[in-house]
Amino acid sequence: MDAQVTLTVDGTRHQLPVDTRTTLLDLMRERLGNTSPKKGCDHGQCGACTVLLDGQRQLPCLALAVAHDGAEIVTADGLAPAGELHPVQQAFLDADAFQCGYCTPGQVCSAVGVIEEAGRGWPSHATADVTAELSPEQALTHDEVAERMSGNLCRCAAYVNIVPAVQQAAGVQA
Amino acid sequence: MKPFAYARPADVAEAVRDVAAEPNAVFLAGGTNLVDHLKLGVARPDLVVDVRTLTSADVSDLPDGGLRLGAASTNSEVAADRRVRERYPVLAQALLAGATGQLRNTATTGGNPLQRTRCVYFADVTTPCNKREPGSGCSAVGGYTRYHAVLGTTAALPDPTAPETCIATHPSDMAVALAALDAQVQVLGPAGERTIPFTELHRLPGDDPSRDTVLEHGELITAIDLPPLPAGTRSAYRKVRDRASYAYALVSVAAVLPPGGDVRIALGSVAHRPWRATRAEELLRGAELTDHSVRAAMDAELAGAQPQPGLGGGNGFKIPLVNRTVVATLRALTSEASA
Repeated sequence: MDAQVTLTVDGTRHQLPVDTRTTLLDLMRERLGNTSPKKGCDHGQCGACTVLLDGQRQLPCLALAVAHDGAEIVTADGLAPAGELHPVQQAFLDADAFQCGYCTPGQVCSAVGVIEEAGRGWPSHATADVTAELSPEQALTHDEVAERMSGNLCRCAAYVNIVPAVQQAAGVQA
Repeated sequence: MKPFAYARPADVAEAVRDVAAEPNAVFLAGGTNLVDHLKLGVARPDLVVDVRTLTSADVSDLPDGGLRLGAASTNSEVAADRRVRERYPVLAQALLAGATGQLRNTATTGGNPLQRTRCVYFADVTTPCNKREPGSGCSAVGGYTRYHAVLGTTAALPDPTAPETCIATHPSDMAVALAALDAQVQVLGPAGERTIPFTELHRLPGDDPSRDTVLEHGELITAIDLPPLPAGTRSAYRKVRDRASYAYALVSVAAVLPPGGDVRIALGSVAHRPWRATRAEELLRGAELTDHSVRAAMDAELAGAQPQPGLGGGNGFKIPLVNRTVVATLRALTSEASA
């Protein structure tokens, strides 16, 4: 069964009919040709497809396109103008925070979300006292970043460099 | 995936009417669990009614000093809310112990308690499962039982062919905290509004393991209310799991300790529903909370526990583990109180 949806992906507006079963991930990859979000598990377990959906890091593999009519999506491909790098992308290069690169677009989008959430003082499971105010520095210690990024798996196990990359991009001391 | 029709009604009343009118209709909120089940064939609705933007996404103060969590508020927003963190840390901690940042940004207050079990046989449509396909039997009995129930089950080795057999656990961390907090569930249904105590929302398998909750078809959670707690109340959530992050609980404990009052304890991942430890609470009423008294009260709570044998040694380890986790959680809360 088809429905009409309008979506903005990386700044470009698209209007198209979709089968109600289509996920945002399949729509972007198969219909819009945007292969930046990767399909890893397709069940919300690996984080490879992470994008910024209406400003927050979310998983398009678990989102029905029809339920997100009017949404604004930014993929890793759209984080910076063509030819330029977002500070998180530059930090991943500087810190050698990937090997094969398959999980990297998802890691990068997730890191952008993590830094934004830390800036708002959001606590995490690694936060010792959830009742206290949390500065971005306190929210982005090694253990905090590892916990906050735990929804992004890396089979090359580049974690040891991903954590400092996120810290560098956020401007906090590793 | 089976084809389905999609509807986004104008308001919650219309959404309730739409679902009530179609026996094979479901509500969709964040979708983190439902969309996965659509892919797996575990959920096969004819109609999906989207309520994500219809219910309130706000956390608001109630006149009695409590808080109302709108059904569409996300797990992230609730966990980050200053009032929740200061007054109900057990809830913030439980939410933050669940899933991942991405999933918490999507999952909602209304949807989280309604997520289905993570029993591997429930998710595998090639195996018999009384919860997924009533009357087909239970594949978990004698199988992989590490995450399964030890309380609220009928026997250590129930009849796997009986239609009522189910040893699944409820997977939500949030729900364990809400059980300990005596939250109230605001529901809109075809017959109007009603309020359900959170501790009565979820069912034991009884004679119909396919039903997780007491909600009737067409009933929608519109909000969850947190009652006010006396000043100085302490609360905490402790989760024990196989890895440090992004894993379901082996056991978990939510505890609420009002000053000079009676402790409230809820246990997670030990039963078909969040398990309020009422027997232990009763034994601890008016008693001094020491390792010894808590252990003895939990021994009584767990006297009827049924370890499930199974692959890799079964789940008997949960019984001492949950006892010790309660002792450790209350030890931390009481030492915090006397510090």
